[in-house]
Amino acid sequence: MANDLVQPEKFFLNRFGMNGGALEQILGSALEREADYADLYFEYRNAEGLGLEESIVNHTSKSISHGVGVRVCAEDRTGYAYSDEVTVDRMRIAAHAARAVADNRGTPVAPIAVGEQVRRHQLYELESTALEVPLEERARLLRQIDETARAFDPRVRNVMASFSAERKIVMVVNSEGRVAADVQPLCRLNVTVIAEDGKSRQVGTYGGGGRVEWKYFFEGERWKDYTERAARQAIINLDAVDAPAGQMVVVLGPGWPGILLHEAIGHGLEGDFNRKGVSAFSGRIGQRVASELCTVVDDGTIANRRGSLNVDDEGTPTSRTTLIEKGILRGYLQDRLNARLMKMDPTGNGRRESFAHVPMPRMTNTFMLPGEATPEDVIKSVRHGLYAVSFGGGQVDITNGKFVFSASEAYLIEDGKLTAPVKGATLIGNGPDVLTRVSMVANDLELDSGIGTCGKDGQSVPVGVGLPTIKIDGITVGGTRA
Amino acid sequence: MAEIDAGLVEWALDHAKRNGATAAEVLCVSAESLAAGVRLGEVEKLKSSRERRLGIRIFVGQSSANASTAELERSELEPFIAHTVELAKLTAADPWSGLPEAQLHPGAIPELDLDDPAQGILDADRALELARKAEQAALKADPRIRNSEGAEFDSGRYHIIFGNSHGFLGEYTGTSFNLGVAPIAQADGGVMQQGYWYTANRHFGRLEDPEAVGLMAAKRALRRLGSRKIKTTRAPVVFDPDMAASLLRSLAGAASGPSLYKGASFLVDKLGETIAPPTVTIRDDGTIKAGMGSKPFDGEGLLTNRKSLVEKGVLKTYLLDSYSARKLKLAPTGNAARSVGDSPSVSPTNLYLEAGSYSPEEIIGSVERGLYVTELIGFGVNGVTGDYSRGAGGMWIENGELAFPVQEITIAGNLKQMFQSIEMVGSDLKWRSTVISPTLKIAEMMIAGE
Repeated sequence: MANDLVQPEKFFLNRFGMNGGALEQILGSALEREADYADLYFEYRNAEGLGLEESIVNHTSKSISHGVGVRVCAEDRTGYAYSDEVTVDRMRIAAHAARAVADNRGTPVAPIAVGEQVRRHQLYELESTALEVPLEERARLLRQIDETARAFDPRVRNVMASFSAERKIVMVVNSEGRVAADVQPLCRLNVTVIAEDGKSRQVGTYGGGGRVEWKYFFEGERWKDYTERAARQAIINLDAVDAPAGQMVVVLGPGWPGILLHEAIGHGLEGDFNRKGVSAFSGRIGQRVASELCTVVDDGTIANRRGSLNVDDEGTPTSRTTLIEKGILRGYLQDRLNARLMKMDPTGNGRRESFAHVPMPRMTNTFMLPGEATPEDVIKSVRHGLYAVSFGGGQVDITNGKFVFSASEAYLIEDGKLTAPVKGATLIGNGPDVLTRVSMVANDLELDSGIGTCGKDGQSVPVGVGLPTIKIDGITVGGTRA
Repeated sequence: MAEIDAGLVEWALDHAKRNGATAAEVLCVSAESLAAGVRLGEVEKLKSSRERRLGIRIFVGQSSANASTAELERSELEPFIAHTVELAKLTAADPWSGLPEAQLHPGAIPELDLDDPAQGILDADRALELARKAEQAALKADPRIRNSEGAEFDSGRYHIIFGNSHGFLGEYTGTSFNLGVAPIAQADGGVMQQGYWYTANRHFGRLEDPEAVGLMAAKRALRRLGSRKIKTTRAPVVFDPDMAASLLRSLAGAASGPSLYKGASFLVDKLGETIAPPTVTIRDDGTIKAGMGSKPFDGEGLLTNRKSLVEKGVLKTYLLDSYSARKLKLAPTGNAARSVGDSPSVSPTNLYLEAGSYSPEEIIGSVERGLYVTELIGFGVNGVTGDYSRGAGGMWIENGELAFPVQEITIAGNLKQMFQSIEMVGSDLKWRSTVISPTLKIAEMMIAGE
C-alpha cells in the first residue's frame, strides 16, 4: 500500500476520477457570489483497532471513511457543506449550499488555475505504517502487555490494552490555485490496569504513540514501560490518602502535566476567540502574563509527534509560534480566516477533525522551554505542598479564564521530601495569572508520550504537550481533607 | 451511489453468511443536517451535511470483528465483507460473545413519535432568523451584555436500519432541533462572563420561544458578574437541575455492564443495596413519546423499556447489553448503544430522578451557609472509586438567600457518600435533555478556594 501514497496529490484524482478542470469549475461556482475565498478538502481515512480484555484479544475493528468539504468565506462569514460522496455532482451541490453566505452581486469571477503545490514538511516519512503489521503480531503485543502487568504485582486484577492505527490522506485545493496534500499516519497504544487489595480498588492508565512506525513501541521496550507505569499507578493509588483542600504550593512533574499550558494559556490564545474579543487574553499582547522564567511555544514541526503536521488542514505548512516569551504575551494561533480578519499571518494552526468539520485555530504541540534548576532542587525547596506527575483531562472557560485539570497520580511534599501518595484531585486556577506564580523551572523538559486529544466545539484533534518540572507558588487543590 | 434501504441490509447479512460468517449484524445510518449561526446580528456560519455509513459485525463461531465503510456500492462491499470475515477469524474466541438470544427480539416495533415529518430540515433563512431572534433578545436584555459568541440553530434528520442474522430487521427515523445562544456580560473593566442557554426538541413546534432562550442566557451571564473565590470550607451543596443531572450521568456510567465486569466501578456487587435515601428514585425509560433519548429498539435489536435503576434508594438494576449481561449472569436491559462500526456499548435512554416535594426556593432557604452550584468543569470523577473533585461556580448562600456569585473553587467528595447524603429532592423536574434531575441538596461537601 505504501507505494501508491508517494503522491497524495494524485490519490484523489485517480481514485475518484476527478481532474483539475472539474475542481477549477467547482471552486469557480463556490466563488460566484463574490466571496473572498473558497477551498475543497478531500479526505480518505483508514483505521484499525484491536483490544484486549480479561487476557484475550476479543475486539477488532476497521473503518474506511472518505468525503469532501466545500468552504466559502466572505468577510467573517463561513459557508460549509460536505458529503461522503466524492463526486463532481455532489461537490457542485455542496458549493451551492456553501456560497449562500456570500452576497449575490453577480460579479464575474476570474478563472482559477489549480496548480501550485504547497511544499510540505517531511515530519513522518515512514517506511511502513502499523496498519501493515500482521494483526497477529499486534495481538501478540497486547497479550504480552497483559502478562507483564499481571506479573508486576499480585494485586493487579484486570488489564485492558488497546492498539489503534490510522492513515489519513488529505488534499486541500483552494481558490488561490494552491494544492496541498499529505499522508498522515497515527497510532497509539494504551494500557489500563485495575488493582484491588480487599479494601480498595484503583485504576492506573498509561500509553503513547505518535506518527510513528510499529517498531517505535519496541525501542527501549517502550511497551513495557507503558505497562509498568500503568500498573505502578494503580498499585500506588491503593495506599493513597485523601488529597488536601485549599490553596498551596504545587510542583508539576515533566511531560504530560504540560496540559496546564494547554488549558490555562493555549486555548485562550486561539485566534477566533481573540478576534471576537471573547478571550480572557483578548488585547493583551505585549503584556506580562507569566513570570520571567516562562517561555511557551506551540510547535507543529517536531518529527513524528502526535500533534505535528506537515501542513495544517487548510494546506498551510505548520510552524513554531512563540506564545509567551520570558513572561510576555507574544502571539496567537491562527487559521486563515482569523489571520486575514486580524491582519496577521496564518501560523499553520487551522485544523479540523474530518471532512465533516470546519477548520478552526487549534494547538499542535504546546510546551514550556526548560530552565536552569534541577528537578531535585525544585522539590527540595517546598516545605509543604503537592507533587503531581500524572493527569486525566482538563477544561477551560475561555471567557473568564478559569481552568481545571485533574491529577491522577500525586504525592505530598513535606519538608522537601516526597511522602504519601494522595488520591486524585482537580486543580483550579485562572489562566491569565497562574503562570505569574511560577517560581522555579527545571532543566528536564519532556514532551508527553503521545496520548493527547483536544476537544473544541465538538471537534477532536490529536495534540501534544510538554513541560519541565515547575513550581507554582499557589493554586487551589480540590481535595477532601481540610 | 447505492441507496440505503432494508434490501441493502438483508443483502449484506446474506453476503456475510455466504462468505463464512456464522452470525452477523448490520447497522446503516443516513443523516442530513443544517447548522446556521449568527453573531452580533450577522450571519456567521452555514453548514449543511449529508452522510451515509454501513457498519457490520461478523461472527465466526465465538470470534468477531467490527467494520464500517462509506463505500456502499455492492462491488465495494463484497471485498469489504470478505475481509471482515477474515478479520473475525484472526480474533480470539470469546465464550461470552454473540448476538442476543433470538427469542428476545420483538415481533413489532413501537411507534414513539421521534420524527417531525412535517418540518424536516429547516431552511437556512428560517434557521438564521430564529438564531438572530434569540441573540437579539440576549443582547438587548441589559447594557452589560457587551459581546456574544453567537447563536446557532441546528436541525437534523436521521434514519436508522438495523438487522441481524436471527432475522430481526427494524428501522426508524428521528428529527432534532436545537437553538443555543451564548452572550457575554462585562461590568466596567471587570472579568467577562459567558452565559449559555438552549432549547432542544424532536418536534419543531415544541421548542421554547427564541426570545425566552436569549433572555435566560443573558440572565445566566449577568449573574456570574463579580464572581469571587471563597475560603476553603465544608458546607451543604445545592445542585441546580442541570448540574444534578451530571451526577446521574456519573451514576449511570458506574451502573453500566462493561464498567462492572471489568471491576472498574464503585457499584460492583451493590445490586439490591441501599445507595441513597428513600426519597431517591431514578428511572430509565426509552419508551417516552418524543423523548430525546427514546428509541424503539436498542443497538442490538432489543426493545427499550421503562425501569427503575434506583427505587426508593435501592439499586435495582444495572444497565446491560447482551455481552455484559452474559458475563454478569443477568438479562440484557435494552440499553445497548451503537455507533456505526463499533461493538455495542451501554448507555441510559431517558434517565431521570423523580421529582420530590420541595421547591428550589425551599431548598435554598434551608441552607444557612452553603453553595448553590450552577456550573461544573473538568473531568474529576473517578468511576472506579467514586472519588469526585470538580471545578465549580455558582452562588454562595447566606441565611437561606443567594448572596453573591462564586468561581474558581472546587467541590469534592465521593459519589457513594454524595448519593447517600441527598437531603432534599426538588419538585422542579423538566424534560430538556436525555438525562434530567430536579434540584438536589447534598448534606455536606468539601469546598476548596482560597
